[in-house]
Amino acid sequence: MPAVTQTREAVEKLGQSTYKWGFETDIEMDMAPKGLNEDIIRLISSRKGEPEWMLEWRLAAYKTWQAMKEPKWAKVAYPPIDYQDAHYYAAPRKKPGPKSLDEVDPELLRTYEKLGIPLHEQALLAGVEVPEGERMPVAVDAVFDSVSVATTFRKTLEEAGVIFCPISEAVKEHPDLVRRYLGTVVPAGDNFFSALNSAVFTDGSFVYVPKGVRCPMELSTYFRINAKNTGQFERTLIVVEEGASVSYLEGCTAPMRDENQLHAAVVELVAMDDASIKYSTVQNWYPGDENGRGGIYNFVTKRGICRGARSKISWTQVETGSAITWKYPSCILQGEGSVGEFYSVAVTNNHQQADTGTKMIHLGRNTRSTIIAKTISAGQSDSTYRGLVRVQPKASGARNFTQCDSLLIGDQCGAHTVPYIESRNMNARIEHEATTSKISEDQLFYCRQRGLSEEDAVGLIVNGFCRDVLKELPMEFAVEAQKLLQISLEGSVG
Amino acid sequence: MSQFLEISGLCAQIDADGQKKQILQGVDLSIPPGEVHVIMGPNGSGKSTLSYVLAGREEYEVTAGTATFHGQDLLAMEPEERAAAGLFLAFQSPIELPGVNNANFLRTAVNAVRRARGLDELDAVAFLKMAREAAKALSMAPDMLKRNVNVGFSGGEKKRNEVLQMTLLQPTFAILDETDSGLDVDALRIVAEGVNRLRAPTFSALVITHHQKLLDYLVPDRIHVMARGRIILSGGPELARQIDQEGYTKFLAEVA
Repeated sequence: MPAVTQTREAVEKLGQSTYKWGFETDIEMDMAPKGLNEDIIRLISSRKGEPEWMLEWRLAAYKTWQAMKEPKWAKVAYPPIDYQDAHYYAAPRKKPGPKSLDEVDPELLRTYEKLGIPLHEQALLAGVEVPEGERMPVAVDAVFDSVSVATTFRKTLEEAGVIFCPISEAVKEHPDLVRRYLGTVVPAGDNFFSALNSAVFTDGSFVYVPKGVRCPMELSTYFRINAKNTGQFERTLIVVEEGASVSYLEGCTAPMRDENQLHAAVVELVAMDDASIKYSTVQNWYPGDENGRGGIYNFVTKRGICRGARSKISWTQVETGSAITWKYPSCILQGEGSVGEFYSVAVTNNHQQADTGTKMIHLGRNTRSTIIAKTISAGQSDSTYRGLVRVQPKASGARNFTQCDSLLIGDQCGAHTVPYIESRNMNARIEHEATTSKISEDQLFYCRQRGLSEEDAVGLIVNGFCRDVLKELPMEFAVEAQKLLQISLEGSVG
Repeated sequence: MSQFLEISGLCAQIDADGQKKQILQGVDLSIPPGEVHVIMGPNGSGKSTLSYVLAGREEYEVTAGTATFHGQDLLAMEPEERAAAGLFLAFQSPIELPGVNNANFLRTAVNAVRRARGLDELDAVAFLKMAREAAKALSMAPDMLKRNVNVGFSGGEKKRNEVLQMTLLQPTFAILDETDSGLDVDALRIVAEGVNRLRAPTFSALVITHHQKLLDYLVPDRIHVMARGRIILSGGPELARQIDQEGYTKFLAEVA
């Protein structure tokens, strides 16, 4: 099943890029010059065919960004980023890819193999080019199949009244909805990276689930028509009306190759009365090599608001990739009796650094939040859980339970827990539990004595450690995530 | 030479606070197939170290001697290779694996060993059936398969879980390191029966114990007394009874 999904996804990407390729005739103009200024933003906006209000919004965000400074409070260290030394707009064009599997990084192929992806699908995922007029022999059926599957799903969604499309399409097709909600949860000026994203975002998803509708399927970017590789500045907005619900999957367990080093996504979720949003992420971007060279810088702002009574937002994330992760999916619990959840597994190996956690802001009465964060550090990596639980004066009866567990592998890594707890209401009940442990030699030897290889033993122990979080993932995702955890920690012991 | 398990002149040391500490000082031991041998000896004589060294624990450095199993150089093998070759160690203090489901752990282990032995892997249904039957034979509560490995198990439950693993992994050579300690009389009998069910002309065991009680049920073939890192005395089952009554002092004095 996962492999099939991979195929579809990959095939879809192939199909789409060809389609877009047909659109972009002006090859000279497919990439904006380096640097960021108002002209570049105007170019992005006009290239996307955006209405005036969108451009104004971007320009305002840009002004805000200019006055801001990059945050330094996170426990991550990286050389200064030159924001003028990057391209902020590149039309989807076909980059020259490898000609055959022989040209693909063997390390990448090895990982595909471990994830159980068949050979012909590996070629697709690695972006091996097919000569003009020739089709991938095995994937032909898959092409037709995937198109029909995607079309079927789109029809089902339309019948249910669910809107699921690229954000740039939504700006044009559903301007009222986008205008009403964009930037209401994460204002442009919320932080340095959200301001940057607001000024230059080029890709992302828009989801709208109307009143009373349970979205008939789990949404993943794959099923979105015109999906392409995750953009550098992704912008996602999900609005779920009264009594409606949706489950959204982001990411892919197959390693993502990406030339862009800086990623700054913004995700906004809005849940009305009795609405529920489940947002699951598996992030496996390039973490850099074992010496800490290269790798993605991932500065993400994800926030959801439970506007309505009894609404619920649940974040589940498995973060194994990126050189730097700076990410705090949060919930604003405004509606009475609303519920926020955060389940997280963050794995760092080699020289990766992760500073991740959540914020639970209790505004309404009887709001509840649960935080389960599992941090695994190996190699020379550093991992920090940073979380805020804030109970405002009106949030009588608010409850929070937080559990942060850190697992250390080896003696050169670090794990840190930084919980901020602010309660302004006497009736609130807040619990915080934290543990730090190591995979002991005893545990490894015990498993190996029973016949498990060292890698399998580590995988088993780590998956056991993460069980409370993994069980929150949708089934197929969970199976892949388990394998991914093991792969991410390869070579971290012994 | 039986070619089953042959230990000769085995010396091993461990790094204790930066100091090398020699624990095994020339162990000679030969166990033919189909026999149950017992090692007794005062605390600190090296019994557990011998079991760890045979199972391949890396903290112990073998400085001299040999150990062969089925004619293979046991000391050159990784712990998991030894397990696949048929060696099983029932731990004196079984290790807890939080979050790891016992049945899942057992199945992963059984299939790893089956793979290495060139057998087909068992699917979940076939495995569970086998595991449930084995657990029942050891009078284990059915929910023990669902719990996390050894987490929150009582001392007796942990020991039974070791015997359950042994039953499922079907070793040809099992080392039981004080598997009887902390067990009440009934549990002791159940554990002993578990071992006895494995007895076959191709199965041998090395039982480390302080107590005669277990041996009443197991009926050993040979008794070895270990002291100061060596086997100082070997004899028939009567030796165990003698030690039970008289203690080690007399034997230690004789070799001193």
